[in-house]
Amino acid sequence: MCCCPATARIPWRPALSFSSSPFVIFLHFLYKIMAVHGPLVKIHPVVLASIVDSYERRNEGASRVIGTLLGTADKHSVEVTNCFSVPHNESEDEVAVDMEFAKNMYELHKKVSPSEVIIGWYATGYDITEHSVLIHEYYSREAPNPIHMTVDTALQSNKMNIRAYVSSQMGVPGKTVGVMFTPLTIKYIYYDTERIGVDLLQRTRASPSRTNGLTTDLAQVASAAGRVQEMLSTMLSYIEDVLSGKVMADNSVGRYLMDLVNKVPKITAEDFESMLNSNINDLLMVTYLANLTQAQIALNEKLVVL
Amino acid sequence: MGSLKESAVSGSNPLDSPVKQIQIDGLVVLKIIKHYQEEGQGSEVVQGVLLGLVVEDRLEITNCFPFPQHTEDDVDFDEVQYQMEMMRSLRHVNIDHLHVGWYQSTYYGSFVSRALLDSQFSYQHAIEESVVLIYDPIKTAQGSLCLKAYRLTPKLMEICKEKDFSPEALKKACIGYEHMLEEVPIVIKNSHLINVLLLDLQEKSTVADKHELLNLSSSNHLEKSLQLLMDRVDGMSQEIVKYNTYCRNLTKQQQQKQQYLQRRQQENTQRQSRGEPPLPEEDINKMFKPPQAPPRMDTLLIAGQVNNYCQNIKAFTSQNLGKLFMAEALQGHSS
Repeated sequence: MCCCPATARIPWRPALSFSSSPFVIFLHFLYKIMAVHGPLVKIHPVVLASIVDSYERRNEGASRVIGTLLGTADKHSVEVTNCFSVPHNESEDEVAVDMEFAKNMYELHKKVSPSEVIIGWYATGYDITEHSVLIHEYYSREAPNPIHMTVDTALQSNKMNIRAYVSSQMGVPGKTVGVMFTPLTIKYIYYDTERIGVDLLQRTRASPSRTNGLTTDLAQVASAAGRVQEMLSTMLSYIEDVLSGKVMADNSVGRYLMDLVNKVPKITAEDFESMLNSNINDLLMVTYLANLTQAQIALNEKLVVL
Repeated sequence: MGSLKESAVSGSNPLDSPVKQIQIDGLVVLKIIKHYQEEGQGSEVVQGVLLGLVVEDRLEITNCFPFPQHTEDDVDFDEVQYQMEMMRSLRHVNIDHLHVGWYQSTYYGSFVSRALLDSQFSYQHAIEESVVLIYDPIKTAQGSLCLKAYRLTPKLMEICKEKDFSPEALKKACIGYEHMLEEVPIVIKNSHLINVLLLDLQEKSTVADKHELLNLSSSNHLEKSLQLLMDRVDGMSQEIVKYNTYCRNLTKQQQQKQQYLQRRQQENTQRQSRGEPPLPEEDINKMFKPPQAPPRMDTLLIAGQVNNYCQNIKAFTSQNLGKLFMAEALQGHSS
């Protein structure tokens, strides 16, 4: 029988951390209310990393990169799990996309993961140009209702704006018909292991040479404990603010805190001691056996060589 | 093999010294994780190819692509062709198309096998700096990325080239199970733009609600690891028994040979004393065929695997001991 420490589960961030300027908040809000129609777009981080990497490797003179998005789609959402870039040429008045290449790559990718289908395409850059409309038409032949994703790698607004759109017809039927791109909500989802991988990658931001080695075991436990400690101190400062009256008390947050405190199991000291000791004994015994085995095979090695 | 040779010659300078460090792009890490997650749940291993280039004494891995699983109904699937197509297409979009190694996922750390040895040998034979990246998804799911890079030691390369796995050859080369695979340190590198992306992701994503690293329940994982260790130790003891019987047979045969020679001598002296011609010397070796020496390679592999298991188990127990002590401190404060 084992006991769990009180791991901090914070499903809701306190309102203090939303510290951006009011204009940006307004833009976020606007983006949110506009994105009501159309499916929810769930993106895995590997897709974005791929896009950034292909942007970095683009040909001389190309200002943007386009490619295909692969993934799965169901009724209310679209999950983007893979992508590959497609060579294309763009000039003032014409655009040429290597469709053979796109088809070939899709076939190759299908061999590895047969469940992924083309669900749209991406382009780097901030705006949607007329060429995008043409390319979008091509992709509508490949997939029903394709998604168009833009990643602003030129960092126009000091951020990498990642947006997704779906196209819909607009205008007067019969006369001027156009295409409108409606924005969609984006959510980043991770597999558990992906989350762990991304956490490791985040650490490269700290070092000046942008590198990071893989840490040893106890160091990992120490850093995880450090993270929990950070979260606990955030909570504590929030609680102190509420107590001193600086921030309005919020009942739902209070309830979560109650849950948290109640999660620490109440065990008598002797029971806990015995549980702890039995676990420690198990682990020590296993360590001893492992060392014994290693000594045994080393000995065997030496005897054979004799 | 032809494709490997072509890509090795077309651009990279083959170095004499092996690589001292591996530098992996964040993208490769994410791709490997994704590949296992999506395709590897049922079967044992997923494999793929690593692409990159060699810079001074570092091996930079900049991209990778996965290998499809081998299924029975895909008999006409051509591995080499798939590789060639993929690399040609990637060359179009300016991705490094030089083969520098391969990656494989592993189950609880059991990857030291004949198949791995053969594949890595053929890779290292063609491209000197190639490595195999072993990704352990179960250990990663426990809280921290477990990715290791291995190469075959030069001694082992020599042995594999000769294909001579008898005890004498191995004794001459002084190979122990520790000298089979050498681990190369890994460093993860990200470009500036990827850092911006990571910053963005961190702001927009919700806080992770699963802190697996601080999980205290260890018995499941420990049980499985010990089970695998026991199986291997059993295999090891079988090999040892085989080798012992071989040794015993050899000594018995030596004794028999001596006895036969002695009897011959005696008979010959007797005949000489009686004046008859001595019996012809028969070829002893044809009469007493020496027993076949068991190949030692399997024993070495099993020993290496057992060693690996033990190290993993020790790392795991040390982590858990740390966590238990932390839990004790926590409980002590609140009660």
